[in-house]
Amino acid sequence: MNHISKALVLMTALGVSACTNPNRFPGDSSGAGYDASAGGQNGTSGIVPGSANDPRSAAYFQQTVGDRVLFAVDQSSLSAQGQATLDGQAQWLMTNSDYLAVIEGHADEQGTREYNLALGARRANAVMEYLIARGIPASRLKFVTYGKERPIEICSEEACYAKNRRAVTIISAGGLTS
Amino acid sequence: MRHILACVTLAAAALSAFAAPSAMAQSGPLRITITEGVIEPIPYAVPSFVAESAAAQGYADQLSRVVADDLTGTGLFREIAREAHISNITSFQSPVQFADWKAINAQALITGAVDVNASGQLIVKFRVYDVFAGTELGDGMQFAGTADGVRRMAHKVADQVYSRITGESGYFDSRVVFVSETGPKDQRSKRLAIMDYDGANLQYLTGSRSIVLAPRFSPSGDRVLYTSYETGEPRVHVLNVGDVQSRILPTQAGMMSFAPRFAPDGRNVVYSVTQGANTDIFRMDIASGATSQLTNAPSIETGPSLSPDGSRMVFESDRSGTQQLYVMAANGGEPQRISFGAGRYGTPVWSPRGDLIAFTKQNAGRFHIGVMRVDGSEERLLTASFLDEGPTWAPNGRVLMFMRETQGAQGASALYSVDISGRNLKPVRTPEGASDPSWGPLQ
Repeated sequence: MNHISKALVLMTALGVSACTNPNRFPGDSSGAGYDASAGGQNGTSGIVPGSANDPRSAAYFQQTVGDRVLFAVDQSSLSAQGQATLDGQAQWLMTNSDYLAVIEGHADEQGTREYNLALGARRANAVMEYLIARGIPASRLKFVTYGKERPIEICSEEACYAKNRRAVTIISAGGLTS
Repeated sequence: MRHILACVTLAAAALSAFAAPSAMAQSGPLRITITEGVIEPIPYAVPSFVAESAAAQGYADQLSRVVADDLTGTGLFREIAREAHISNITSFQSPVQFADWKAINAQALITGAVDVNASGQLIVKFRVYDVFAGTELGDGMQFAGTADGVRRMAHKVADQVYSRITGESGYFDSRVVFVSETGPKDQRSKRLAIMDYDGANLQYLTGSRSIVLAPRFSPSGDRVLYTSYETGEPRVHVLNVGDVQSRILPTQAGMMSFAPRFAPDGRNVVYSVTQGANTDIFRMDIASGATSQLTNAPSIETGPSLSPDGSRMVFESDRSGTQQLYVMAANGGEPQRISFGAGRYGTPVWSPRGDLIAFTKQNAGRFHIGVMRVDGSEERLLTASFLDEGPTWAPNGRVLMFMRETQGAQGASALYSVDISGRNLKPVRTPEGASDPSWGPLQ
């Protein structure tokens, strides 16, 4: 079970409980923007700002747009699926122009440590170049490599390796205004 | 900190030969030639050292135990248990009863004594005998040092014994800097640590707040280069072992730098810098910060290691499509590929003797530590496992230490050593997980 699907289940559960029991988290400022009487049925009135239902939120970016692309063994070229994800990221970053992004490049454990640092940099750079080509100013983007130092899956099988060979776009609000 | 002070004291202490009763047995029969063939370990005896005063009592047995651990640990020597000894050594000066040691087939005998002088220093003396020739092997010697340095004095004795019997310099009085690891694979915390080659006297050099990777000793062992994420991205740092102070090397700000190693002069550093998708190798004069670019290719160039004379550099590159090893002049130029076997080759390290290059090889889902001649010939794989990586040479170029990580979700890292013929593979004792060893010089 990967982290994304766990997070989705969790977020879905929270979303449901928030709609049916608005007083569950009293004083939580993230709950201030919705009205329980609206029943969450029309428009955006039932959306918790910052939640995965808020299209301007980091959670939405992670889960709905997709914050990561995966790579083949020892490769840094973008698959068609990866490019589609990055098209969505570029579109989102265009719309939400107050966000900055750091692209983290990773490798699986089947490689030597220092080579994997260089490989992770190649992957992250491929993502950054793609986003720049789609119109995102380079000044809003930077990248960093973690090599094989930060796997998200820990089994020593291809099912895990495939998820660890990744570049993840981490967004943060607010450095620049445009 | 106390350990470091002790080392300084011991290093400054005199290493003096004292009057020996017999001449050196230069070409006695007791001699191991270290070759690639199978060696029958030489049986030897090391009785407890003689305590020459009450104050020295607590050190006598420890000294002989550390000497025995060093010698037996090489795989070249086999200790004859004390219960089998016929003679007791009760006086360092009394003549040795060779017949008693011959009877238990001890080919070498090491005797020693320890005393504490007026200023509280330990005085350690030893002699090595070729039992079957009935002669002393080399001169008796003595070392002086503080009580904190008692293990170091034992290592110095063992280095002398090793050297006299093999004709090679020893490697016991040396330290290893490495990365100490705790936690599962997806939450691993790492900190730099330093220890004696046998795992004793461990000391941490950094905290675990930032990822630290691949430390490398300076040629004299006074400094350590490593890669740290302290600034949020990988950058090369240099740390003084004496006061444990570190600073970031003035590599280009905003650029990731890693894989640093000292040049043999101790003044220059070679390392990798990533610019965009490309990684190349640079050199920096540490004092001035002046840099020069040594490779200029669109591929990944990393893992540099200079030859002991500083004239050539081996490194890894994927310019051919996969990681392979290349040798070029230390200042740049046209590299010659030296690895041609199946699979990928990385982490090349030039032997301190200049004759071999050790490497990590990845092939068919397995990792190996191997050695080859500097022209790439005579490749030999010494180990095989799920993940062996990052060899480092013992100061005498006869033994390699490396990292082995076990497979699966519970996988953990540990240090191992193996000699260059592939014999004597064994774990190195560390209190936690451990990776990326760098073996320092003889002290």
